[in-house]
Amino acid sequence: MAEIQNLFDEDVRDDTIKDQYLTFTIEDEDYGVEVAHVKEIIKMRAITKVPEMPNYVEGILNLRGDLIGVIDVRKRFGKPTKEHDVETCIIVVVYNEYTLGLIVDAVQETTTIPEDYIAPPPSAKLNFANQFIRNIGKVGDDVKLLMDVERFLFQE
Amino acid sequence: MADFDRESMLEMFIFEMSQLIDQLEATIVQSESEYNNDQINEIFRIMHTIKGSSAMMMFDNIAGVAHSIEDLFYYLREENPQNVDFKTLSDHVLNGADFVKEEINKIQSHQKPDGDGTDLAKTIEAFLQQIKGVTPVDSAPSAAPPPPPASSDPVSETPAEPKAIPQNASAAAEMVKYKAKIYFQDGCEMENIRAYTLVHNLQEIGRDITHVPEDVIDEETIPLIRKDGFLLEFSSSKDYNFIHRHLGSTVYLRELNLEVIGMTTTVAAEPPTALEPIEEELAQPMHEMPTAAASSMMASAPASAADAAAQEAQKNKAGAQPTMISVNVNKLDTLLNLMGELVISEAMVTQNSELEGLQLDSFHKETRQLQNIISNLQQTVMSMRMVPLSATFFRMHRIVRDMCRQLDKDVQLDIVGEDTEVDKNIIEHIADPIMHIIRNSIDHGVEPPADRAKAGKPAKARVLLEAKNAGGDVLIIIKDDGRGINTEKVLKKAKENGLITKPDYEYSDKEIQQFIFLPGFSTNDQVTAFSGRGVGMDVVTSNLEIVGGTALVDSVPGEGTTFTLKIPLTLAIIEGMSVMVADAQYTIPIANIIKSFKAQPEELFTDPNGNEMITNRGEIFNIVRLHEYFNIEGAKTNICDGTLVMLENGEHVVCLLVDELLGQQQAVVKPMPKYFRKVRGLSGCTLLGNGDISLIIDVAGFFDK
Repeated sequence: MAEIQNLFDEDVRDDTIKDQYLTFTIEDEDYGVEVAHVKEIIKMRAITKVPEMPNYVEGILNLRGDLIGVIDVRKRFGKPTKEHDVETCIIVVVYNEYTLGLIVDAVQETTTIPEDYIAPPPSAKLNFANQFIRNIGKVGDDVKLLMDVERFLFQE
Repeated sequence: MADFDRESMLEMFIFEMSQLIDQLEATIVQSESEYNNDQINEIFRIMHTIKGSSAMMMFDNIAGVAHSIEDLFYYLREENPQNVDFKTLSDHVLNGADFVKEEINKIQSHQKPDGDGTDLAKTIEAFLQQIKGVTPVDSAPSAAPPPPPASSDPVSETPAEPKAIPQNASAAAEMVKYKAKIYFQDGCEMENIRAYTLVHNLQEIGRDITHVPEDVIDEETIPLIRKDGFLLEFSSSKDYNFIHRHLGSTVYLRELNLEVIGMTTTVAAEPPTALEPIEEELAQPMHEMPTAAASSMMASAPASAADAAAQEAQKNKAGAQPTMISVNVNKLDTLLNLMGELVISEAMVTQNSELEGLQLDSFHKETRQLQNIISNLQQTVMSMRMVPLSATFFRMHRIVRDMCRQLDKDVQLDIVGEDTEVDKNIIEHIADPIMHIIRNSIDHGVEPPADRAKAGKPAKARVLLEAKNAGGDVLIIIKDDGRGINTEKVLKKAKENGLITKPDYEYSDKEIQQFIFLPGFSTNDQVTAFSGRGVGMDVVTSNLEIVGGTALVDSVPGEGTTFTLKIPLTLAIIEGMSVMVADAQYTIPIANIIKSFKAQPEELFTDPNGNEMITNRGEIFNIVRLHEYFNIEGAKTNICDGTLVMLENGEHVVCLLVDELLGQQQAVVKPMPKYFRKVRGLSGCTLLGNGDISLIIDVAGFFDK
């Protein structure tokens, strides 16, 4: 986490975090989100429910005095919920003026995926979760599903 | 660095200009049809200051226009011509004010103020010539003084004119020697230039001027002037009061010590108030200039001399000398945030879970003292942010005036309770709503004069703009005596827009009138044409929503319409009651709570539609179950097990079912994170002592679902 924080020193930011992705797991799949959007990773903590919200909006939490909204990525992907355990994390992402927490099963690592190793998803397979995936990245033999943060947050 | 200095000076300049222009507009609109001497003086003084300040900042186009108006009013004041068309005069001055405003806006948005004011100045000069042409020029060879005043008339007794005495005139007059020490406000920058301007202005009324430091053009002197002040010695034929006033009107003056140190010629008439040489220690440190943001008296000393009350205040000031400073709003915001943090961390300490079960008598006594201090501190911080509504209200005069001229209507705007104070942040958001409503009232509410006559109403329509305190809220009431809202047309439009959710006959007139605030009704020409309402009304609601306010409309056909805006006094910290529902805490603003009680089974009943109600002391109230309203699972469902909280919002009362009350506490209101859309019934959230979040309930939400 400290590493990621350091990457945010303004001057180094553009070069060093290019092509860098934070990878996390939901069920058996690996996902990636651009490090540029990631502010920090925090442990699971108490979340206050807010009424009349879409089901994937978990509520709000107190991040050192700032209040941020929290989204359950499983629910957003339409996957069955799972008991939170020690691995469950909240990735705090910043997108434009919005700061939000994403509940994920587990965080893996930050990894570099050069542009050449990134391909668009096969268009035939357009299920619900798929619309939040912009690209597919290859790291060795593994495949990482790279998230489209804007759609993930804002698409109705 | 130089840039920075200029930047901060610009900021002050812009601030000062806006204040002066507001003041100017208020004066003009007040006295549209006939100017009395006080008002002429006032406008003259304002223009003089605008000219001076903008010339100093080298905005020559502004200075030029201000100068032409100043000339005009100089003539009016000195000659008091009889046949002046005051309407045209007002137009000219307002045009000038608009020009200055526009330029100021440009400066504010970091553009070059490049507007060409020469045409305007010429028009005004032509107007001046016209007045002169038809005015019988009897006494005094009166050429209106060109910029560097060289008028040769023997100075009139009214000693208000700084420029009237030519340096070489009236040698026979008794000259008094003065010594003045001037301190500028901290941080006003460019003290040497200010000193230079001062000397320059003084040359018009004084002679034999010497000053220390001597070479004020040299920037090296700035620290000296800051430290020891600027020392002036000069002779003048003007009396002490006049000189004092003249010097006292210096921009960014902090302190002025003026004393008489001798006479150069015979002691004759017009004895100055303090003729005897006064010991330096005794010299009055007159005039600590008030510069608070709210005060309309910025740079120019007696700001509204026209106003008797202001004069009174001025007198008192000489005795009591209240000191005002202007503070950057950002600092106040920071202070408020810190205050919020303090309240939270106070709760974290005093309600710390580690203290549970301990016998801590003296600890609790001390914490109570701490809480006292914090709550006093908080009140002080909040009061620092309170600003009277007067500036916002008086600006409406101009809007009314302009609209009346455009639409050929005759409307009188009455303002009541303009000294009501509201948090600075809130004021910013309510100026637009008020303006929209007033525009609507005049445009659509008030009938044309002919129709008014037919309806047997006085030709002059009245619009009342009133503010008053009501508990933790401020009510702003805008009332016109126009034709009212045509509910049939509104209902028809609502139907077309698919806003109707129940049969027509179930809608009361009041409910129908509220439709005009919905976005679907705005800017729709048809509705506007028919019902005479609807332009921009959703702006009203959306702006008010930001500050947690609400708008109500009440209209009687043929008699007029009343808009009531309810806005909270302050946004930041409220007294709240914590309640528990299932495992979550909610905070209800204390101001909305009448009482809380346990229900008895025999008091409860249900109407055929399934609405639950309760009788309490002979009255019947609706019950809202908070857990149902917010879909909370695991709450107490038997009304008698939980607690009922009786809530009021305006005239409406409802009983809210919660599990239990936890106690009263100060809640620092934080807005919901941006990602969340507005939830009816919630106004924000607050942090609890243990770091948990509690949602703040917006009582108004329970009444219009």
